[in-house]
Amino acid sequence: MQKIQNNKAWFLVLPVLALVAFSAVIPLMTVVNYAFNDTFGNNEFFWAGLEWFDEMIHSSRLHGALGRQILFSAIVLAIEVPLGIFVALNMPKKGFWSSLVLVVMALPLLIPFNVVGTIWQIFGRVDIGLLGHTLEALGLDYNYVNDPIDAWATVIVMDVWHWTSLVALLCYAGLQSIPQAYYQAARIDQASRWAVFRYIELPKMKGVLLIAVLLRFMDSFMIYTEPFVLTGGGPGNATTFLSIDLVKMAVGQFDLGPAAAFSLMYFLVILLVSWVFYTVMTSMDKAEAAQ
Amino acid sequence: MTPRSAKIVMTLYLLFLMIPIYWLVNMSLKTNAEITGTFSLFPQNLTFRNYQVILTDPSWYMGYVNSIIFVVMNTVISIAVALPAAYAFSRYNFIGDKHLFFWLLTNRMSPPAVFALPFFQLYSSIGLFDTHIAVALAHCLFNVPLAVWILEGFMRGVPKEIDETAYIDGYSFPRFFVKIFMPLIASGIGVAAFFCFMFSWVELLLSRTLTSVNAKPIAATMTRTVSASGMDWGVLAAAGVLTIVPGALVIWFVRNYIAKGFALGRV
Repeated sequence: MQKIQNNKAWFLVLPVLALVAFSAVIPLMTVVNYAFNDTFGNNEFFWAGLEWFDEMIHSSRLHGALGRQILFSAIVLAIEVPLGIFVALNMPKKGFWSSLVLVVMALPLLIPFNVVGTIWQIFGRVDIGLLGHTLEALGLDYNYVNDPIDAWATVIVMDVWHWTSLVALLCYAGLQSIPQAYYQAARIDQASRWAVFRYIELPKMKGVLLIAVLLRFMDSFMIYTEPFVLTGGGPGNATTFLSIDLVKMAVGQFDLGPAAAFSLMYFLVILLVSWVFYTVMTSMDKAEAAQ
Repeated sequence: MTPRSAKIVMTLYLLFLMIPIYWLVNMSLKTNAEITGTFSLFPQNLTFRNYQVILTDPSWYMGYVNSIIFVVMNTVISIAVALPAAYAFSRYNFIGDKHLFFWLLTNRMSPPAVFALPFFQLYSSIGLFDTHIAVALAHCLFNVPLAVWILEGFMRGVPKEIDETAYIDGYSFPRFFVKIFMPLIASGIGVAAFFCFMFSWVELLLSRTLTSVNAKPIAATMTRTVSASGMDWGVLAAAGVLTIVPGALVIWFVRNYIAKGFALGRV
């Protein structure tokens, strides 16, 4: 649609601008303030320059959390994306079953994050949980509270449970837009199932798939509540990811300076990813409009 | 892959999704003695005591009331400010529109952990700490951009000729917007409201940081089931089941928009 140039449209945007500025810019400036100052309370600030940034960049604690965070995001993406595509390809296309499957799949997405943690906390416990109990009955030594490997496995399975449906639903939406004629042409050409996937379905899903990957990356990169409820970041520091570490530092230990410096760097990483995401989205829109 | 084995894998996947939820429901219908004592796939002594505890104890059910109050407030505020903004984005070019849109999106993507502490100080200093409106405003951080994006998508689908015809017929802008335009995008408003509701409902970090007693959400209440007599697993499970119910009920109505909403909603 051709848009009209009209700067008075700013008046329509003003309420949003005011509201989001109040809840984003002011808090962000507080963070900046803490990041460059040292404070002993009472609103007394001393200029600290880049001291906190220096401390954080060389902090082995931060490196550990970052390493775990990257590993976690990588594993989660490697499982959820292929599984999500597979599920999307095999979802019923229409009728009552399709609606039912959609609802069942969307259910985990709509559960409060801490309840997701609680569900798996209960489910995985050896004494009262189905999963823990079954694994123990099979003779496996499973205990996500004490064993780092088990804790990791549980956090990853929980995330797969929670978010694979998102990838699947997005891909499903992409698949819905493929005209039936494409499949008929493929059948006439006697194309194999793989060829249909590779040359028809995958190219048509490319856009939504890209969104799904970026969303999953960002969300897994900011994950807080679920592992916090499930393992509390433990055993030891085994499942302490960036957000958990940050909240521990800021609210638990009240190390405001380092935490603020950490926040700013964290925010910049997310900003960079957002920018990539936005560029991809808008260029896709343009390509669509050009068609 | 043959259709049959695909069906088997699909069934397994759906079972994988349902079993942990089933286990929660199962536990919520058992007594604590049964939960810790025996191991059974079905409740042996079916009991509704856990639900009774929650629905009769104010410190429990007020958690739900608080959650619902700030979630509804947040949804109303988000939609109210997002409607005109989305209209501006869908109809006009103006200086800085692309930058503004991008800036809004970055707020949707920023980690809540970054904002937890500054929010706490901001709302404490203006005396809003532990009020419903504080949480509602804080959640606007991610829900307003979301509502703007969803509504913009729906508004783009409405032909501009409708606006022009209305103006020629002598409608003022506010009257046109409320009487003609809003009914046209009613489904869009519904979808945006649903997603605002959901994302405010599932969020815990900010709502927990900004409240202590009076506006404490159910999600935060749930983290305190550890009592002197040990963990009250049955009540915890029942509380969990009750938080799933609203989502499960509403989801049927928006099932055709779910994929689209989540595509934009998680941004």
